[in-house]
Amino acid sequence: MNSKPTNVVIAGLGGQGVIKASDILADVAFSAGLDVKKSELHGMSQRGGSVSSDVRFGTRVFSPMVPEGEADFLVVIAPDQVQVNAAALRQGGILIDPSLIDESTLSNKKSINVALLGVLSRHLQFPVEAWTAALGRNLPERLHDANLQAFSIGRAAEKTLEQTTGQER
Amino acid sequence: MQYSETKGFILEDLEQKQALALLSGDEAVAMAAFDSGVALGTGYPGTPSTEILETFEKLGGKAQWSPNEKVAMEVAIGVAFSGARALVTMKHVGLNVAADPLFTVAYIRLDGALIIVSADDPGMASSQNEQDNRRYALAAGVPMLEPSDSQEAYEFTLRAIEISERWQVPVLLRMTTRVCHSKTIVRRGTVTIPKPCAAHFEHDFPSRVMIPAYAKPAHRRLRKTLAEIAVWNDEAGPNELIKGSSSLGIITSGIAFQHVREAAPEASVLKLGMTYPLPLERMCAFAASVERCIVMEEGDPYLVEAARTAGIAVEGKAETYRFGELNSARVRRILDGDISPEAKPVPGKPPALCPGCPHRSVYTVLKDLGCIVAGDIGCYSLGVLPPFQAMDSLVCMGAAIGVGLGLRHSLPPEEARRVVSVLGDSTFVHSGITGLVEMVYNPPESGHVLVILDNGTTAMTGMQEHPGTGRTLDHAKTGKVVFEDLARSMGVRNVYVIDPAQELEKFKELIQTCLDKKELSVVIARRDCLLAARSIREFERCNEQQTN
Repeated sequence: MNSKPTNVVIAGLGGQGVIKASDILADVAFSAGLDVKKSELHGMSQRGGSVSSDVRFGTRVFSPMVPEGEADFLVVIAPDQVQVNAAALRQGGILIDPSLIDESTLSNKKSINVALLGVLSRHLQFPVEAWTAALGRNLPERLHDANLQAFSIGRAAEKTLEQTTGQER
Repeated sequence: MQYSETKGFILEDLEQKQALALLSGDEAVAMAAFDSGVALGTGYPGTPSTEILETFEKLGGKAQWSPNEKVAMEVAIGVAFSGARALVTMKHVGLNVAADPLFTVAYIRLDGALIIVSADDPGMASSQNEQDNRRYALAAGVPMLEPSDSQEAYEFTLRAIEISERWQVPVLLRMTTRVCHSKTIVRRGTVTIPKPCAAHFEHDFPSRVMIPAYAKPAHRRLRKTLAEIAVWNDEAGPNELIKGSSSLGIITSGIAFQHVREAAPEASVLKLGMTYPLPLERMCAFAASVERCIVMEEGDPYLVEAARTAGIAVEGKAETYRFGELNSARVRRILDGDISPEAKPVPGKPPALCPGCPHRSVYTVLKDLGCIVAGDIGCYSLGVLPPFQAMDSLVCMGAAIGVGLGLRHSLPPEEARRVVSVLGDSTFVHSGITGLVEMVYNPPESGHVLVILDNGTTAMTGMQEHPGTGRTLDHAKTGKVVFEDLARSMGVRNVYVIDPAQELEKFKELIQTCLDKKELSVVIARRDCLLAARSIREFERCNEQQTN
């Protein structure tokens, strides 16, 4: 039997880069040779409403949707969307939200989505080069520097989190 | 691109670099259409189908938006009459608009391929209903394939072309939101089909001219063809048997298959790729091979009814699971016969009109003036939500005008004179023009006011062009339908063009004047969509340079 896939839910509001973040994560997993599925709903959500995107990867993935209560990681870009998506997270799953990042350190505040991916990256076994390559493929060149910086800030911020909460993986 | 007899079309770097890709179902359909040499892709934008034509165009295919799905279907039929391959895409409700040509083209012997993509939206992520278009395959007698992921979206598109050409019939490729928009891994070039024919024309009156004398034998021919396809589907159709436990067997199709594999990995599964005409022999044998056989399908009880009609003893799902999408948890509940209330999701933040959106000004005014607003489908549908709550109806594309007129005809005068019809620019082109004809032809005693919210794009579906923008799918300059000229040419005397955001007070006065008039008025509230304005300027600048 196949081992269970890793489940990540990325959530926020329309325009915050939820889909972009899930594209980058899915690309990293895909490049690592894993089976990947990614799913979200488009349409009305583009108009500033709640948006969430499911990314699943492992040796074999069937349903593209993360079952409720089975997300290993919940990445939330808008603080007020934590409650809305809380049910996605499994017991012992890890919440990654903007409180982990000092936004004033970001050279472009819009890169908060990528900064949170930086936090997530500490928990996953993909090499940092795979992340920077995926950032390059999924973002226009003029945004590369700001996003690489945001990613590094996120990746460093996670150290603090581990120390304070003792969570590990 | 080159062509090999054994491998079909090959992109030059296909085998080296792009053999694997993470694609949405929509992108996979586009890639298959491109790889198989589809001559023309037509359609009307509609979530979740829109990206198919956009991707097809980006890959280098010829794609164009039609004013609506019926016209798109008719253009595609013409392509298939020439012996070439045609793809027409739409969302589920679009097939209602295109149903008229669909039912008759099913009778017609095609020379080329005609692939009709219906992108259904169970759960209504972005639609006004959750109709199950598998019913159309049955009703019209059109073979249907249902992919369950992007790999199958790629392969089934190619298979659909093969089936269409082999039996000279149109084929329905029925997708759903989760198949269209989920990204899964696609290996390209897994299915190869013959090269398309060169386009040509030969007279064939009995095959293509559906007067009763020719349609009667054509209908008999269709039923005979469907019977042949049913036999083929039983023997060699794109169906898959997964042997598992003999105590539980599940018959399924489309995205439900993926949920089934997750929820019940031990079960035996008969996965149907072609769900019309059904492989009834296989279904019968499968049901007999397991102790308990249950049908797992999203939406209507389409498969379960067909199985039972054929005398196959199967369980179905409880009625409550007809509503909304399935997922692995719901599949488990269905298997357990659990009909206890499901947990309600925490409500998220609803979408809203963007800050600075020109529609905001229009709804502010209509609300201030106490209007009864017959509305329509687009971003501006959000005018029904707080803080505006200024739209009183939404039925289908273009209905604003007819519904508004009906209200004017029947309401007492003091209410009738407050009725306004509101619809967007793309919606007006799609299905509003005939409504405007009705308005001129059967004017209510109190007159009527039509407001066209012209934001210069099909905003809701992601900024697609339409005939009112004067630019094609790839944003090149083309003929432009000018709404004010059209309305005047139809005999409407009071036609106004105004920027509702820039001239809010003037706009309010204008609407009030029109309401007081007891005549027909068309007000074009014109201001580019905030999100599209920069791109529109850029397209116009490029097109200007090319003309000079």
